[in-house]
Amino acid sequence: MEMDTRTLSEDKEALDRLIRERIDALLGQRLETKLAEIKAAKTPSMTIIATKGTLDWAYPPFILASTAAALGWDVSVFFTFYGLELLKKDVSHLQVSPLGNPAMPMKMPFGPEWFRSIRWNIPNALQAVIPGFEAFATTMMKKTVSNTGVADIATLRSLAVEAGVNLIGCQMTVDLFGYKTSDFIPEVKEYVGAASFLPMAKDADVSLFI
Amino acid sequence: MNFDKELDARGLSCPLPILKTKKSLNELASGQVLKVVATDPGSIKDMQAFSTQTGHALLSSTEENKTYTFYLKKK
Repeated sequence: MEMDTRTLSEDKEALDRLIRERIDALLGQRLETKLAEIKAAKTPSMTIIATKGTLDWAYPPFILASTAAALGWDVSVFFTFYGLELLKKDVSHLQVSPLGNPAMPMKMPFGPEWFRSIRWNIPNALQAVIPGFEAFATTMMKKTVSNTGVADIATLRSLAVEAGVNLIGCQMTVDLFGYKTSDFIPEVKEYVGAASFLPMAKDADVSLFI
Repeated sequence: MNFDKELDARGLSCPLPILKTKKSLNELASGQVLKVVATDPGSIKDMQAFSTQTGHALLSSTEENKTYTFYLKKK
């Protein structure tokens, strides 16, 4: 009798051990395959927080968003603070200032090649005093853009919308600067706060702050 | 190579060639071929990446005189 019980419990232990080992082996394989499948099937996603409203800073969010959308990604852009300017119906008012912006190359977009290659170094003190300097710099920038076949902001924005990019406005900024939703393009998906946007950013594969 | 639609993207810089390619592909049926002509040197790598990411096959990519011609088949 005693011998029988011992053998029975030994057998049970051995059986348990074998089952555990087998499950571990199978699970290891299956888990890896399954995880790889899930990863391959997932649509890449990106969120961008756009906070600037000048002409030069308008390009990065729209170019990145529209290109990602063209690649089939899910993209959402949250426009906050000065970024709301990029959602205005008419974006031709966007300006760029070289003042205090030493990285901006100041080259003339017209004339012979040797003239175009000159980098004009206008001191800040002078830029600040000359009226209309900003408007001039903006015009030169826009000419440079069209010379090189780069899209203007309005075109980029409409291509982004067509490609399915979600444009989201920051409700707080609308209130802060006294905007009305009728100031912006109708294609804006919604106006929300940070608490609504952050969960989107958490699940995205790429999250950018511009 | 036979194609069902041609897109002239000459003179356009990144990301326009890709964006317009996507738009043109939307108008085709599965299996049809789009021919894209571009002058942007970045478009070679861009088209490759576009094809890999979206699954639309890049049938060929050639260059002649700074002009690049691509054939894409809609998946």
